[in-house]
Order: sequence, then structure tokens, then C-alpha cells
Amino acid sequence: MTLDTIWVYAEATDGEVNSNTLELLSKARELADTVACVYAGDADDIVEAVGAYGAETVYSVDVEEALVGVPVAAAIAEAVEAGDGPDAILLGTTYDGRDVAARLSVKTDKTVISNCVDLEVDDGSLVCTAAIFGGATDIKTKFTGDGPFIAVVRPKSFPAESSDGGEADSEELDVPDLGSSAGAVVTDRFVEESDGPKLDEAGIVVAGGRGIGEAEKFSMVTDLAKALGGAAGASRAIVDAGWVPYSQQVGQTGKVVKPDVYIACGISGATQHLVGMKGSKNIIAINKDAEAPIFGIADLGIIGDVHKVMPLLLEALASR
Amino acid sequence: MVAMKVVVCVKQIPDPADPGALDPETRTLKRDVKLILDESDSYGVEMALQLVDAAGEGEVTLVSMVPNSERSGLATALAMGAASATLISDPELVGSDALTTAKLLAAAIKDQGADLIIAGSESSDGYTGTVPEQIAAVLDLPSVTAAKSIEVDGASISVQRQTDAGYDSVQCPLPAVISVTAGVVEPRYPSFKGIMAAKSKPVEEKTAADLGFDSDQVGWAGAGQEIVEVTEAPKREAGDIIEDDGEAHVKIVEFLENLKVI
Repeated sequence: MTLDTIWVYAEATDGEVNSNTLELLSKARELADTVACVYAGDADDIVEAVGAYGAETVYSVDVEEALVGVPVAAAIAEAVEAGDGPDAILLGTTYDGRDVAARLSVKTDKTVISNCVDLEVDDGSLVCTAAIFGGATDIKTKFTGDGPFIAVVRPKSFPAESSDGGEADSEELDVPDLGSSAGAVVTDRFVEESDGPKLDEAGIVVAGGRGIGEAEKFSMVTDLAKALGGAAGASRAIVDAGWVPYSQQVGQTGKVVKPDVYIACGISGATQHLVGMKGSKNIIAINKDAEAPIFGIADLGIIGDVHKVMPLLLEALASR
Repeated sequence: MVAMKVVVCVKQIPDPADPGALDPETRTLKRDVKLILDESDSYGVEMALQLVDAAGEGEVTLVSMVPNSERSGLATALAMGAASATLISDPELVGSDALTTAKLLAAAIKDQGADLIIAGSESSDGYTGTVPEQIAAVLDLPSVTAAKSIEVDGASISVQRQTDAGYDSVQCPLPAVISVTAGVVEPRYPSFKGIMAAKSKPVEEKTAADLGFDSDQVGWAGAGQEIVEVTEAPKREAGDIIEDDGEAHVKIVEFLENLKVI
């Protein structure tokens, strides 16, 4: 059994639709007869890309320079109010996705279920699986009551599979008067330059944790990542300590990565971290502490000092 | 100089190093252990204290919610320098979803006359990451989530908001709700003096009923969701664990060669 209609909150960077949106569209096609997108921007920019993944319509919302949460949620809520809303709305676990979901839940007085890694339809409702305790336990939560069901889904939960669909139609949703909630406006955007593949798309990820010892030594991690053509990541501990920017954080807070190879250097493997990387195909761990939880999921575990092993490894790779 | 009134939402959670277990009956996290201040919230408390310092006048107050009167996490935030706290405490709250949580917190905040309401971007245990924005929506206030820095400029604030690629500069009128990311400021350690002073700072307890909620509006009864299944996730098998004898790097190279990634 399927739902009638699902809307996916679509996000794009520099005109390119985010992979996480395509993943959601792919899953939505399984769960509902009709799939559409809501997009804060010009529908023309994405009608082709999302159409190819099964979206029949792009409902665009003109947010101008406002942060998207307030206007997009208000526009969706208005459609729901008018009886034109979907049975369920799927959003990615992103800064904007969470904002829209949160605002919409209050506007429609509906619950929102977060951190979903799987979705299924049951008896006209949606059942969401989330991972807790660092991924050791799966918990299934079902929406009670009427929709729209609002689900916020972790990236990389589903494969993105094209439907070979044609260009989606477009339609604009009106933004009602936003009253006193309006006013947060983006005045400037800064992009941190980084070379190499993106952390959440890289085939190889080398990540460092507290065992690296000090901020300057994080260069061992970036050097190894570079030598392997991969991306450098970090545990929350050293991001909080200010050694590495937040954009490199892997974990429950931070990015979800599923590379072919994940090399954890001086990372103990707190539950917070495991949630973000345990889907990696192969895991190598280097840690001094033989009891570190990371060894419980490592395919190759080295009980040793990162300051000894990593320089030798870099040397060995350089001499190949 | 204009006095700055900041309300900080703080969560008290089981120590993440030992997160405990689900209560098989209620299927919620067991909170009968000693709760601590969620580290994610210590950044919000620090940020608030710094903003009030910069304003030269004002105060930081706390709002928290538990089912069981627990205060040890609040004590930490009071010892850091917050002036007082409101603790929504009621056994009926067990099972409350994020929306209900936000409604309760908003009810406790709304008459405080806050210029700014600060929360962590997401808790370390539940990590739904929606509550701050939901509070803003309930209070019908503007909001900026994932703030890296906040600068007050008269009746508005400038915020650096974390993005995937870097950050956005955002301008937002006050009053507003801001959620801060971890690691953006260095939370102070409570001093001995602070810890002693915290003992006499006022903590006002309120039940759901005190805030105008019926028992069928909170907890599991008020949640728009129910847990239908809890299962062990498939375990990942551990592989070869070896002790470094000075040649461990060779093993790594071989492993990578076998995968044909080098």
C-alpha cells in the first residue's frame, strides 16, 4: 500500500540539486503514487534534475533573501490548509531542512520525526526508523493521527535512482503575511575554500580525533587524505576544541559519510561519531587504546600510536 | 547602555559516555541516572553570558524540562553565571515529542520579556535539532539556527550561520530565537565561588498544568507519534586487530592494495 502524495523539500547548491534531495525523491516514489518538490528558488533551475528522479511538479516559493524556514513553511501550511497539501513531506537533515520542518510542524500542529534512516508505509501512516545509541539500536516510530507526516531524513539513507522521468511542471506557492516571525535575512555568503573531494562524497575519508594530540598535528590527517585522493574529517571532540572547522565533522552532529574506506586516526569511537560513519564499506582504525570502541567495528585495527604509524604510512605511500 | 535579557534553553541528559538504556516499558531513555548539562548547551550558556557582559547590563536565565525534578545539570549552568532557572518538571512529560517540548518551553519563556532566546542546535541524546526553531514558531518570533557567532547591534543582531560550504551572514531583528553550534565559544569552567553561589540561586519548578497544559496534551498522550518497534541493529563484525610492532603501516598498505584503492 502506498500514500497518495509525497512532497520532498528540494535543495540545490549553485544550481545543482543536492544528492540528498535525489535520495529522498527515489524513496518517495516507492512510498507514494505522486511525488512533487517544494523549492525555495526558481523552479526552472531544477525542473529537469528533479523530474529525472520522479518529481511531477516543483512548487516554488519566492523567499527573496530571507532564511527559508519561515516563508517556505508558511507557504506549505497554506497549501495544507486549503486542502492541497500532501500526505507526507520529506526533508533532509540539513540546516534549512530542519528549519522548514520545525516551522511547518508548528504551523500545522503536526509532529515531526527526525533522524530517519528508513521509511515505510503502514496502514495509511508512515513508519520511520532512526538509529540510537550510536547505531546499536534501531527504533521505529509511527505517526499517529492525520497527516501531513513530516519526516526529516539523514543523508545517504537511500540510493539515488533515476526514474528517467521528464521535466517536472512548475507552480508557485503563495507566501502569506509572515507577521512578526519574518525578518531574518541573509546579507552575505562565505564559502570556505577546500580542495579535493567533498567529505560526504569522497571514496576515501581519513578522520582524526583527540588522539592526534594537538591542532598542528591534524596536518597528518589532511596529508594522508591528500595522498589517497580522499577527504579529511574529524571527530566532534576536536571540532569543539577548535582544531578543525565544523564543516569537517563526521557524526551524529555533522556529516554522514559512507566511503569505500574510512581511516579513523586517534578516534576512540564515541556513539556520537559511530552514527556518522558506521556505514563505511571498510574501516581502518589506529588507536593507542586497545579498548577503544572503534575496534569493535574496524575491519583492520592497529593498536598503536598515530604519531608513529601515520608518518610511516605516508612515507610508504609516497615511495610507491 | 541597554540591559540585555537572555533566556537559554538547557537540557539535562544522561552522560553520553554512558548513555544507559531504553526503559523497556516506556521505551524512553532511562533518566534515573544522574543527569548532566548537555555539553551542546554549555556553548549557549557561554554565548549568553558573553552577550550580557558586552551589553554591560542584563541577565541570563535558564529554562529546562525534565520528568523528575533533576537539577544537577542546571546547577552547572547556574554556576557558570546564569541568574535563575525555570524547571518544567512533571512525570507526565515522559514521551513528549519535539513539538510538545517546544510548546512547553515556549510557555515558560513567553512572559520573561527576553530580548534573545538561545538554545543548542541539537541535543546530544535526542538530536532532533528542531526544538529551537519550533520554539520560535510557537512564540511567532524570527530565528536563526546554527549560529557560529552573534553580535548585538541595537534592536537587531548579526549572526554568522553555519552552512555546508562555509557560513552566511544573517541580520535578524530582536527579540529572536537563536540556536548555536557546538565549539563556537569556550565554555567557562564554573569557579568554586560560582558553584557555591549557584546553591542559592532561585529555581522555580512548574508542572505542565501550571503552564496551562492538560495531561492529554503532553507525554505520550500528546505526542503525534508512537514507538512501534525497538530492535538491535545488525552488528558489524570486527576484523583483524593487530598491535603495532613498527610495521603496522605495511598492513595498512596491503589492506588498501587488496581493495584496489591504491
